[in-house]
Amino acid sequence: MRRSWFLWLTAGLGFLFLYAPIASLVVFSFNESKLVTVWGGFSTKWYGELLRDEQILGAAWISLKIAALSATGAVVFGTLAAYVLLRVGAFWGRPVLRGMTTAPLVMPEVITGLSLLLLFVSMERALGWPAGRGMMTIVIAHTTFALAYVAVVVQSRLVDMDDSLEEAAQDLGAGPVRVFFDITLPVIAPALVAGWLLAFTLSLDDLVVASFTSGPGASTLPMVIFSKVRLGVSPEVNALATLILAVVALGILLAGLVLRRR
Amino acid sequence: MSRRWLVIAIPMLWLGVFFLLPFLEVARISLVDPAIARPPYTDLFQDGVFAGDFENYKLILPKYFYGQDNLYITAYLNSIRIALISTLLALVIGYPMAYAIARAPEPWRTVLLFLVILPFWTSFLLRVYAWIGLLKGNGVVNNVLIWAGVIDQPLVMLQTDFAVYVGIVYTYLPFMILPLYANLVKLDGALLEASSDLGASSAATFLRVTLPLSLPGILAGCMLVFIPAIGEFVIPALLGGPDTLMIGRVLWDEYFRNRDWPVASAVAIAMLLLIVGPILWLQRSMERA
Amino acid sequence: MHAEDVDCDRSAVHVKPWRAGADAPFIQIDGITKRFGDVAAVNDVSLDIWKGEIFCLLGGSGCGKSTLLRMLAGFETPSAGTVRIDGQDMAGVPPNARPTNMMFQSYALFPHMSVENNVAYGLRREGLAKAVVADKVKDMLHLVQLDGLARRRPHQLSGGQRQRVALARSLVKKPKLLLLDEPLGALDKKLREETQFELMNIQDQLGITFIVVTHDQEEAMTLSTRIGVMDAGRIVQVGEPREIYEHPGSRFVADFIGTVNLFEGRVDVAAPDAMRVMTDVGPILVDPVQGLSARQEVAVAVRPEKMRLTRKQVDAANSLPATVQDYAYMGDITIYKLVLEGGRTLKVSVANGDGDGAPITWDEHVFVSFPTRAGVVLTA
Repeated sequence: MRRSWFLWLTAGLGFLFLYAPIASLVVFSFNESKLVTVWGGFSTKWYGELLRDEQILGAAWISLKIAALSATGAVVFGTLAAYVLLRVGAFWGRPVLRGMTTAPLVMPEVITGLSLLLLFVSMERALGWPAGRGMMTIVIAHTTFALAYVAVVVQSRLVDMDDSLEEAAQDLGAGPVRVFFDITLPVIAPALVAGWLLAFTLSLDDLVVASFTSGPGASTLPMVIFSKVRLGVSPEVNALATLILAVVALGILLAGLVLRRR
Repeated sequence: MSRRWLVIAIPMLWLGVFFLLPFLEVARISLVDPAIARPPYTDLFQDGVFAGDFENYKLILPKYFYGQDNLYITAYLNSIRIALISTLLALVIGYPMAYAIARAPEPWRTVLLFLVILPFWTSFLLRVYAWIGLLKGNGVVNNVLIWAGVIDQPLVMLQTDFAVYVGIVYTYLPFMILPLYANLVKLDGALLEASSDLGASSAATFLRVTLPLSLPGILAGCMLVFIPAIGEFVIPALLGGPDTLMIGRVLWDEYFRNRDWPVASAVAIAMLLLIVGPILWLQRSMERA
Repeated sequence: MHAEDVDCDRSAVHVKPWRAGADAPFIQIDGITKRFGDVAAVNDVSLDIWKGEIFCLLGGSGCGKSTLLRMLAGFETPSAGTVRIDGQDMAGVPPNARPTNMMFQSYALFPHMSVENNVAYGLRREGLAKAVVADKVKDMLHLVQLDGLARRRPHQLSGGQRQRVALARSLVKKPKLLLLDEPLGALDKKLREETQFELMNIQDQLGITFIVVTHDQEEAMTLSTRIGVMDAGRIVQVGEPREIYEHPGSRFVADFIGTVNLFEGRVDVAAPDAMRVMTDVGPILVDPVQGLSARQEVAVAVRPEKMRLTRKQVDAANSLPATVQDYAYMGDITIYKLVLEGGRTLKVSVANGDGDGAPITWDEHVFVSFPTRAGVVLTA
């Protein structure tokens, strides 16, 4: 099988391409030297610097709060949108809703960010709300674009779900609200968890939309990293990246174990 | 019945206010003039008189038609070019990977798939940042190449289009691999056996059986890479040079650097019409096919 | 069934109220129609069903039987017509307020609930006391022989066990009417046959009226008190299984239920003791039928098991020379495929008795004979 080794070689190079940058981040996070590309001996001092960096720690805390809030909002509204699109039957606004839940997926972030900023500015002028921009406006913005991703995940689960489950519950005497909470919600729960995690990650990762919609005093972690990185490579950021990687890998590992046990 | 409408109204209202309404705002502000004020633009109606015009749009047209310079048209064409080339590169790199994963025996398949998805869950910004350290003049790639004797002088890679291609391909490669994998793993092995049983060489089997059957996966993967690539801001901003103009970056600069909200809005509307519109149309026609 | 059961049994199976027409029907379906766009999935169907019946709606896929069932359950709103259950008009009554329960083709067991919680779900919606619910669930699981599996999840059960959980869940509320959508469709042949009798037994014990949708004619024959044969959204014939089989009302029903040999022809002479029909295989003598005119186009239907196959010509009302083209030995019977003079083929089944003499085999010249009463004259 000559084609077999060719295939494995190209695939191997592909994985090298995927992991080389990550490996370099990890390796240089333990570098003594401030020069990120020259090895100056093993050290964990950048982790110490990182843990003393008030700006980064504050931004990380803000980012986590924003991500948790907007992921929760996105799951609530995204699930409702998916449910309305697939379960309540035809109504006049359905094409509009369908468009509004798919368009954010293809919308360049700069447009989403700019348009929401302009809305917030005009709303503040007209209604006095939201008073200034900050965490609240970022949460609204992230909820709105992450909602579309949640809706996709939940819709695919709802399509796979046997419709007669809901009919059976109704047949056994449950009203529509009961059916939703007793049957639909538990059956699609894995999709809600997946959607929440996806929305959380998207929010935690976002630089562009947050930059447009944030105000003074509400700098997210990506915004802080971006401004540091623009000034040059910083070993502190390497240490941060390594920590994030470790947390994510651990989280996925645990999730995998939990799923396997069930 | 009213409860049904309540359920419908909640997502409709949220998206109507925070998704649809903003575009009307962008459209409105694209018609007014910048001003030294808070917010920095004039009103669309002044003393009850419509005061909008299309000056901002004229400004972003190519020089040939009234425009100031060719900045915007160049950025637009550049974005398409860079997104296309990156998509093709991602396809060429991603296809063998997806194929190898789909053909791998079971415990390996899950592990490899996990390895493809893992980078997606880590910070996008930090992954792009990692390439700065790799591609710098005294970065890892240059050091390795000099050590191996391939080159004598460090190559200039950072702040070039090349670095942008690398960044885009690197960031969106999982989006290419996953749909390809999902398609290839469903490919019936009996089809390949039938093809070779009927006398086709393995190259012929690949070209005439595997490739045509994986076309839906190829299209889906290409769309998933092309769409975010074309409006990309972070990657050209960190890895590209000052002359790597992409439309997302131009809009960003118009807003953050020039503080010209009306022109930024006009650029956004133009992007909407010239990028998002065609993509949505393409997606719909692909769904129908 | 024991002899004393038959004696005291007053269920519909034995009383046959549709014959007498004495009691008012329990379920009255009147002119019901369901249109999806331009297509009428159910077209002007009227049916009366009596208490305690097992009524089978039989038809091919897309004939409208499932849509009719879903209208009874309340999942589809009729475009026209009315449904009355025990005298009560069902128009505008949502599924959760109807005195009906349904057993779904996919069983629709709630995957996140244990067997007992699945069965208890409907009772809890009635707001019954916990102890009452627990008792009823226990009794019902006992009835369907699932004691000991109460705490299992649906995915830990076999297909047959799931089927019984679905049955228990739909029966536990003691509905006035139980709707069953292909209740045995997902089971393999052997299990299906056993379950058929179990289903009849349970129905007999509880006295609940069943309406069963099926595409399987054997299932319909075994289970039902009466069968309604459906085609293209309409009921084409309603009758007891024997009636439907022995006296099909149309070519469609004759052909759909069992195997049949159809001879197209015209009424020739209508005599008092026998009627002659001229067909493409020659004259066929049948029992006289009222209300037919001479030269009227009809078909004569003869079931394969009502024909006799002999090597020598025998004395019979109808006797046709034929050649054996093929045969299939099935154990209890053998099915012969015969070619008549003129080329048309017939199917005849012969019971394999004590095996006197060598069996008839390929290419033998034989005679097919049948009495006048074997031929059923069809005008539709």
